[in-house]
Amino acid sequence: MTATETETTVSLTIDGRTVEVVAGTTIHKACEAAGTDTPTLCWAENLTPVNVCRVCVVEVEGSRALVPSCARPAEDAMVVHTDSERVRHSRRMVLEFLGSGVDLDQAKDLARWIEEYGADPTRYDQPDLPAVTINEPVRIQDDLYIRDYDRCVLCYKCVEACGDDAQHTFAIAVAGRGFGARISTEYDIELPDSACVYCGNCIAVCPTGAIQFKSEFDLRAAADWRPDEQTVTRTVCSYCGVGCNLDLHVQDGRIVKVTSPVDHPITHGHLCIKGRFGWRYVHGGR
Amino acid sequence: MFGAGGGTSSYTEIEETDVIVLWGSNARDAHPIFFHHLMKGLDNGARMYSVDPRRTSSAKFSDVWLGINVGSDIALANAIGREIIDAGLDNRGFIAHSTVGFEDYAASVESYTLEFAAEATGVPIGAIRELAHAYATAEKAQILWTLGITEHHNGVDNVFSLCNLALLTGHVGRWGSGLVPLRGQNNVQGGGDMGALPNKLPGFADMADPADRARFEAVYGMELNPVPGKHLTLMFEAMEQGSMRGVYIIGENPADSEADIGRIRRLLSGLDILVVQDIFLTRTAEMADVVFPASVAWAESDGTVTSSERRVQRVRAALTPPGQARDDIEILGEMARRLGVDWGDPTHEELWDELRSLSPAHAGMSWDRLEAEGGLQWPCPSDDHPGSPFLHGWLWEDDLGGREPAPFTVVAHEGPKEQLSEEFPLRLTTGRALDSYNTGVQSGGYDSPIRYGDTIDVNAADAERLDLADGERVRVSSARGSVEMSVRVHPDLPEGLTFTTFHFPDLVDTNLLTSDAWDRRSGTAEFKAASIRIDKLVAAGGAE
Amino acid sequence: MTDLHFTDERPDPAEVTAADAAIGDAAVVVTETERLVRSGTARRRGSRHLLLPALHALQHVRGWISPGGLNHVCDLLQVPPAEAYGVATFYEMFRTDDPGHTDPVTHVCVDAACQIAGSEALIAELEAFGTHVRRSPCLGQCERGPATFVQSVAAPDFVPADRDRTMGTVSADAEPHVISQQGDPSLRLLKRVGVVDPTSLDSYRTHGGYEALARAITMGPDAVIEAVAESGLSGRGGAAFPTGVKWRAVAAEQGRPKHVVANCDESEPGTFKDRVVMENDPFSVVEALTIAGLATGAESGWIYVRGEYPLAAARLLGAIEQARGAGLLGPDAAGSGHTFGIEIRRGAGAYICGEETALFASIEGFRGEPRSKPPFPTTHGLFGEPTAINNPETLLNVLDIVSHGADEYRSRGTEQSPGTKLLCLSGRVARPGVYEVEFGITLGQVLELAGGLTGSGELRAVLLGGAAGSFLGPDSLDLALTIEDTRAAGTTLGSGVVMVFTTDVDMTPVVVRIAEFFRDESCGQCVPCRVGTVRQHETLVRMQRAGSITDERMVLVDDIARVMVDASICGLGQSAASAVTSALSLGLIGKPA
Repeated sequence: MTATETETTVSLTIDGRTVEVVAGTTIHKACEAAGTDTPTLCWAENLTPVNVCRVCVVEVEGSRALVPSCARPAEDAMVVHTDSERVRHSRRMVLEFLGSGVDLDQAKDLARWIEEYGADPTRYDQPDLPAVTINEPVRIQDDLYIRDYDRCVLCYKCVEACGDDAQHTFAIAVAGRGFGARISTEYDIELPDSACVYCGNCIAVCPTGAIQFKSEFDLRAAADWRPDEQTVTRTVCSYCGVGCNLDLHVQDGRIVKVTSPVDHPITHGHLCIKGRFGWRYVHGGR
Repeated sequence: MFGAGGGTSSYTEIEETDVIVLWGSNARDAHPIFFHHLMKGLDNGARMYSVDPRRTSSAKFSDVWLGINVGSDIALANAIGREIIDAGLDNRGFIAHSTVGFEDYAASVESYTLEFAAEATGVPIGAIRELAHAYATAEKAQILWTLGITEHHNGVDNVFSLCNLALLTGHVGRWGSGLVPLRGQNNVQGGGDMGALPNKLPGFADMADPADRARFEAVYGMELNPVPGKHLTLMFEAMEQGSMRGVYIIGENPADSEADIGRIRRLLSGLDILVVQDIFLTRTAEMADVVFPASVAWAESDGTVTSSERRVQRVRAALTPPGQARDDIEILGEMARRLGVDWGDPTHEELWDELRSLSPAHAGMSWDRLEAEGGLQWPCPSDDHPGSPFLHGWLWEDDLGGREPAPFTVVAHEGPKEQLSEEFPLRLTTGRALDSYNTGVQSGGYDSPIRYGDTIDVNAADAERLDLADGERVRVSSARGSVEMSVRVHPDLPEGLTFTTFHFPDLVDTNLLTSDAWDRRSGTAEFKAASIRIDKLVAAGGAE
Repeated sequence: MTDLHFTDERPDPAEVTAADAAIGDAAVVVTETERLVRSGTARRRGSRHLLLPALHALQHVRGWISPGGLNHVCDLLQVPPAEAYGVATFYEMFRTDDPGHTDPVTHVCVDAACQIAGSEALIAELEAFGTHVRRSPCLGQCERGPATFVQSVAAPDFVPADRDRTMGTVSADAEPHVISQQGDPSLRLLKRVGVVDPTSLDSYRTHGGYEALARAITMGPDAVIEAVAESGLSGRGGAAFPTGVKWRAVAAEQGRPKHVVANCDESEPGTFKDRVVMENDPFSVVEALTIAGLATGAESGWIYVRGEYPLAAARLLGAIEQARGAGLLGPDAAGSGHTFGIEIRRGAGAYICGEETALFASIEGFRGEPRSKPPFPTTHGLFGEPTAINNPETLLNVLDIVSHGADEYRSRGTEQSPGTKLLCLSGRVARPGVYEVEFGITLGQVLELAGGLTGSGELRAVLLGGAAGSFLGPDSLDLALTIEDTRAAGTTLGSGVVMVFTTDVDMTPVVVRIAEFFRDESCGQCVPCRVGTVRQHETLVRMQRAGSITDERMVLVDDIARVMVDASICGLGQSAASAVTSALSLGLIGKPA
């Protein structure tokens, strides 16, 4: 990691290796710089860290509890362990907890981490008392989105993207408390009746497929979702002069979804309804 | 006024500015992702003043909304200028060093007292003074506008009136301060930059300048006609006069999109030949003698577009065009061939390189750099130039970068061409909705859950006076035509103002109503100010 | 911010009146003329803290928060309805479904002390009588269980046990509260309880009130903080952080608004000491918070009192108003030359809001979800500004320290735990109630102080520190109650809970209920706590059904406990397994009968 002349750096130890990073860099980023893979669900490049999933925790010497690496800035002389028994235990348990309550089939990297940490999400479900799960019907309320709370890990990303990290529409928030907490509109009214403006930025950040483009949901339902065969082409949206970059995901010569690169200085991964869904006319939809 | 036409600032600058003046722009709906940057600015503590006849979704984010009368922008801008001078808040050093024409400007705004402006705009004196002081005393401030400024018969003057304020305060040419016109399509900026203007050649070269022409003639291998062409509005005048008998339209749907479309359709259908190149059989294409099916520029072909922050970015083909549809460049090449000139089959990159050789502002933007760096902001004169986040830094250089100082431009308040009358007592203004685009050719392709259709928004007091219920079908008439629409009683319009979009020509020919007045310099029509009447469909006597 | 979207539901006139009264003139959007409207980010941020009072007003006027009422409040405060709904559904005392009646609802505590005092029998009795009952977490009346609290529609909420004394109103005629140690000259913190008229500033002054503030003003802020630091006072909420260090850090922050907060959200099961103080000596909290404000340079003070303490809230409000009227609060507070004011906020039923950062979020009008520390409240507290937050007991000690000096203060207690401590005795003791003892007293001596055991059994266990504390066996009677001794013994004094169980109590339901308490009270933000508390409770329910716990399930309990301790965001999750695991290791539960 290179620092410009005006930036100061800090030096910390990660698993015995000394790493130098720009002051203000998170432990998570420092781990990345050190080549250490750190699992995370609720962190995203384009959102403020909420550090709720706790799968990225690391052990910092001198700190009583484990520390969320995604949010804590690295400090000079910090000694960090990412592979201690405590860290591995907590990561394993968080993965087990999540897997015991929701369906993680579509969650990117999850299967790999579950394998890596030896998590067994099934051990909570026992015949004398089944483990409680989310158990909500799939909400299909319009032609653009679906919501499937059985996949929701409550990472807050959609709420952040809908709220003050991007869209400032606040159509959804966390409602309820504890295990009963849900991402919800007011009084769980249907999305088309809510403040939702269908920018799709919630979908773009969802790590588990709990909120999804209906185009993808339909193809999955038809067992015809083939991400390995899809091409992704970057272009520029035509609907106004802002210059948002679009990544067109194409399968069998048809656009199946549209995303935007999170590292782009204009969009930071966020789009509006036209950029996200306005492509259908290309395939003659009218 | 400063040379090359383009927004002076980068989007990220608004995140760090102190005062935002959003004037005649509903960016929340029309430029949603730019508005993300603006909202970051608000979250970071910027104050925002919105100047708009409607309390738009954008205006609702502002600290103060000034609901001016449609078409009274210059009265407001000149009064702000006068107040800044009067209060001694003008940036004397900047004015003396970097501008000319201040004395004439100051004299011209002398009559624009706060009292006069309050009368002309409908906004209280205190708010005008507050805006003037906030803008002038801010460390960094930006003025942003869209078609609320330009779609008037005096749209160019409107722009000048805002530029004057930036010159008065030095809010231009510095990081965080600037003048930003937000563009409505992905390549409005690029189209102008590439010379798609009647009097320009690519890279802001002047058709009337023999030296500029010579550079292009050397590369093109032919002599160029020095007589400027006509802009759109003049073309229709020429059709009306019978001097223009054939038209070739590429990617435009004037039979739906122009103001006073009754006239436009008559003129198009009277041509000897009409050729339309489009991705759809639009209403205009239906009138054509020949239609060239084209590919979708942003998804089925390669090239570049330029954004409102002057960022040149690549578009790429992700799909194969259907049927006989072909790339615009290919069609043009074939046309040239049929007309006896063989341009060969240049690649997009080859065409871009030719442009770079002619436009110094683009010279450093190789295809490879655009690929690798994800876009570059002009001017970018050389391969090692990083591109320019903001323009006109020269205004702050000791020698002005060897340029002439920037001139103030004296402009006067006129008001809309079409006055309200007993027969047409309501003001109609038009604009975009979040989920739709222009005449709906593209955006009609998806089912938006938030689309509300062909409504005319009416203030509650007007609705009550006219005995109109929410959702009621009514007849809306102007001096040019009349259409049927549904009433939407709306709290965000002042009394006497009505609003509609123009996205649903299949449902409502909104532009049958709009004014045919237009700006001689820009060719832009006064979409923003028509005078109308609303009648109940079934009158008491059972007529209609 | 912001272009809000509202559904068509409209408020009824009573909701409008109630919400408007709660919000006052703080509506965000101001229409000056038809062409000039003010709103904006700064105004919106400035009014958001009125959301919680406005939700209380809606709940109170109709017995639930209706969509129309919520729309009205959201419009006034420019809060997105989805966010406001998220806030409303966070709290136990708010309903977001129409209950179909406007009768009072009786909340009956089902936590440990009340559970063993027969709360289920009481519930059955009340329900048979047709009363609307809600099973409630600890109501902070453990000395008089089974405890109840009545939430009314369009009438004041009240605690039936208070009503006998106060006839539902706060009046000077109310019978004084009697504590076991009444008249004991060694009392420092409780000396005015039952002696002073809690509704009278004059009475408070007669009993030495406001002498400490006068002295603090003479001493000046630096000397006050120095005295607090030298006294060795540490926080009495459970974390035992040195108060002087906290105050000094806030005093050092310059250039931003600062706050002092009295954390009166006493919700730890088994805890009721702050309630006794607030109800019976409310001026002392106001005076001590004023000293904190002047010492740290904070101009704004906040008292956040739990929603189930209507009498405490009323008496504190009365005290604030009288103090304001007497110039003890306001510009030039008490002649100090500094501005200091206090706002009171009622919680709405959420254990987590006793966690300091969750409490800030609750005042600010957001869900009471804790924030990661660092940054700490001393730099990023209420509204993101420097904040000193203390509980009432801690603040009361300051009065004593300022009045008599640090040395005198240190003459009580131990070297590392100077001063006195309030303990909450409940369960199977003869005289349950709040006791003030010197640090260093043994557990056995405390039981004696409370009159020894009651009932037929022998001593089985003591829950020390509350649900977030741990069980101790009869062999711990010699444990000295100090911060250092309890820490060394692997337990905690926590909030001063001493809950006593005898051998005739079936411990399994008690511990299962503790697990359920944490499951119910988890805010749901972080995975270890949200899911861990559920899986822990499920495992204990299986144990309860089976009559004993298997080795495999013991491993599970241990695995769950470790991740909650290690990886939860806040103290709730970190302590949610403490009582359960201590009960298992002491053999109080899990063994075949």
